[in-house]
Amino acid sequence: MLNHVSLGIHPNHASFDPESALSKLKSSADWVALRYVNEKNHSRSFKNGKSESHSVSFDRGVMIEVFVNGYFGYAGTSDLSNAGLMRALLKAKEVATLASQRGISEFTLDQRPVARGEYQSPFFQNLDGTSLNEFCDTLRLATERMKASDKIVSTRADARIIETHQVYVSSHGTHVDQKYLMIATDFKATAKEGSETQSRSDKGGLARCNQMGLEALDRREVLARCEQIGREALELLTAPNCPTDTRDLILAPDHMLIQIHESIGHPLEIDRILGDERNYAGWSFVKPSDFGKLQYGSKLMNVTFDPSVPGEFASYAFDDCGNPATREYLIKDGLLVRGLGSLESQKRSGIPGVANFRSASWNRAPIDRMANVNLEPGSSSLAEMIAQTEKGIYVQSNQSWSIDDYRNKFQFGAEYAQLIENGKLTTVVKNPNYRGITVPFWNSLIAVGNAADVEMYGSPYCGKGEPSQIIRVGHSSPHCLFSQIEIFGGGH
Amino acid sequence: MKELFQTLGAKLFTELKSGEELGLFLSAEQTDYVRFNQSRVRQSTFVDQKVMTMTFQSPSRKVVFDLTLSGVYDIDFAQSLSLLERAREEVKVLPQDDFVSPMKNAGNSHQEHKSELPTVNQAIEEICRAADHVDLAGFLALGLTVRASLNHLGQNHWFSTESFFFDYSLYTKNSNGENKAAKGTYAGTDWDSKSLAENIRESVHWIELLKKPTQSVPRGSYRVYMAPAAVADLVGMLNWGGLSLNSYKNGSSPLNQLIEKERFFHPAITVEENFGLGLSPRFNSLGEVSPEKLKLIENGQLQNLLVSSRSAQEYSVSTNFADKRESCRSMNMLPGTGTLSFPSTQALDRLGTGLYLGNLHYLNWSDLKTARITGMTRFACFWVEKGQVVGPIQDLRFDESLYRCLGSEVEALTDESFVAPEVDTYYQRSLGGKKAPGLLLKDFTFTL
Repeated sequence: MLNHVSLGIHPNHASFDPESALSKLKSSADWVALRYVNEKNHSRSFKNGKSESHSVSFDRGVMIEVFVNGYFGYAGTSDLSNAGLMRALLKAKEVATLASQRGISEFTLDQRPVARGEYQSPFFQNLDGTSLNEFCDTLRLATERMKASDKIVSTRADARIIETHQVYVSSHGTHVDQKYLMIATDFKATAKEGSETQSRSDKGGLARCNQMGLEALDRREVLARCEQIGREALELLTAPNCPTDTRDLILAPDHMLIQIHESIGHPLEIDRILGDERNYAGWSFVKPSDFGKLQYGSKLMNVTFDPSVPGEFASYAFDDCGNPATREYLIKDGLLVRGLGSLESQKRSGIPGVANFRSASWNRAPIDRMANVNLEPGSSSLAEMIAQTEKGIYVQSNQSWSIDDYRNKFQFGAEYAQLIENGKLTTVVKNPNYRGITVPFWNSLIAVGNAADVEMYGSPYCGKGEPSQIIRVGHSSPHCLFSQIEIFGGGH
Repeated sequence: MKELFQTLGAKLFTELKSGEELGLFLSAEQTDYVRFNQSRVRQSTFVDQKVMTMTFQSPSRKVVFDLTLSGVYDIDFAQSLSLLERAREEVKVLPQDDFVSPMKNAGNSHQEHKSELPTVNQAIEEICRAADHVDLAGFLALGLTVRASLNHLGQNHWFSTESFFFDYSLYTKNSNGENKAAKGTYAGTDWDSKSLAENIRESVHWIELLKKPTQSVPRGSYRVYMAPAAVADLVGMLNWGGLSLNSYKNGSSPLNQLIEKERFFHPAITVEENFGLGLSPRFNSLGEVSPEKLKLIENGQLQNLLVSSRSAQEYSVSTNFADKRESCRSMNMLPGTGTLSFPSTQALDRLGTGLYLGNLHYLNWSDLKTARITGMTRFACFWVEKGQVVGPIQDLRFDESLYRCLGSEVEALTDESFVAPEVDTYYQRSLGGKKAPGLLLKDFTFTL
């Protein structure tokens, strides 16, 4: 009989009260804010039926923010003692004093609205009520279930559980308390025969990520999915290469996530448009004058920034400057109407924005980030889209991505595809890739799946910023049909 | 910081029971980060963080906890002790792990590189002054970086360095009204105002060339010269599973055909792990000490894969003390020699007519089996005719196999190589970098 050990871990942390800590700093600056982040990040993996890795990070610290002569300065510290926080405050002030004379823009406290509220992400089953060995057993069984034959040379199950508590308080009365429980999983089988190797996963690497509890890992559902993953990895092993030609393209929601992320999300970030990101992730083809004028896509294209979707990976009530988060249209009937810019970017650019001033953790200052960017449903069913396609391809599960620094020329690859001939799905093909240019591509959108067709995915790994930050994003979408796209396979 | 880490270690090791093993790894920084746009400060952040990784093993079980230390001993000891207790509970219920490698004492080492760094305010002033006549976007990181390892068997490694990098790009509009940019990096341990100004002046030279009219280059195949920074990006893709034994065994290596001797790179291509470059410590996150130099690809053929202790256990081979990810921490691609080499000053002459690529962007595998990589050109990229720059190009997408661009299409390499310091700052400021020469290719395929 095994001892019961719960998945929940409660290390012996000294208690920390952000309001009390702030009260001891208030007199040392005209305006000061404190953002406390306490995060546990569990990562557990199994490979080929065997235990692979079990790690958990316990990260706790504070970002001190000061306002000096129209400039916001930052200092992050994990020393939560009064002395440690005071050192951080003095450091933030010291740099801010000079930087304010050399700053690119002058801000006011309008960019830090007074906010009060809280947020708790939705879940049914928490970690304390889940046993560690049962959780691990599900992962182990998943790797075994994917091994559909001896040709499956590797199976892997990964689970990430993230518990985050964030409190933002300021000397002018903000108090925002937000708690999150998030799960991301990945199951992957690799098949090999001769010199051919093919992999299939559960909707693409860690794309299945949500704000939810351990109900995400329902064993029966997971094992059923893993059985299909193993089967499809084998199917790819003997599949012909994706042809090289131009044809209609149906993208599944688990691939739409990368298309939305790279060719809508990033180019609409206002800090990119303003050039902050030019030295690292890049600029944007979108110009400030494009808002309200650029026909970004066909009339069927409607895109929202929506941090209010229950369970989506990047939902929240307030961003990291206390701006209340609301659903907003970025693109309406194909027309670009709003950017992904925080109150600071809105002040600098004059472009309407959203509540997306987000930081990766206590040790990074907030910048414009994506959060949830969703393609709104249309009126077609997948069956109708297939039926209306004479010569096409249906592509699922992203596995390769690349786009230029202005977010124009992209190339994306996927795990699995089926040809469409005369309105019917036919041959499975391996190594499907396609390429295009952002605005012409979105203007070739000719059908959008209906509300029943929408699926929700995301990524724990959106990279951007100097210093660099990895942040969580969510993308929901139905299937979408694009006309006459260049596709190609592997080889050479 | 050193005293805190070593005191914590000493105390935690006394708490161990028979059969238990504990290794500690410290990754810490005290860094001033400053971001610039339009030659002015956009954001400044000071970060003081210390992350201690506790690797706990009892026979055939392993648990790893990362704990952000507060810097206050009593608090940090209480937390780490509670995690030690948790690790004990976990190993009672976790399934057996057949590939746990018993800890060893990999010895002691001590490297402490102290420098005369400027204050962050001085650095900001000098950067703004040196760039007041140009449109600069850039990123300064300045301060202390620490890596250290202890284990219960007495292993004790310490590496700390005070250093900086200023990674930047300069912008202009050319006669077509298109934005054009050139990249520069000033990095080291000894900050010098004149060197900084000279570094920026050198980059301004490119701006003048970028002002020329844009040259229209349709998709297709061209002769190409890749500058060292572009080559560093290209060979850096080998770190995405290419040199990892574990990736190979799992069927996910992009160099499968090279490993199985079905295809080869050009005989001029040699890539090694070389800690002699002084870019990062030789000890890995378990404190194991890697060989100072390890040939990975020599004269176009695979010599060694990177093997972690875990992979060694799993696949019954010897370890070369690679880290868990089995990627290069200090990659060195050797320059050309003899008839296959030329001075970098002759790059345009040797190219003749074709494309000069200063930098690449957003690389990814597009077909693992054939080691095909897609990506974009970025920053200073030009159309060249008869050894003369005609003008900048619009960015092009490429999709090419490494068996062509490090193999059949290699014409020559420059006779010296250049260090591209690591400027990655995800989670924490990274150490390391890559050294690479320039590369002349007979044919390179652009697809969009």
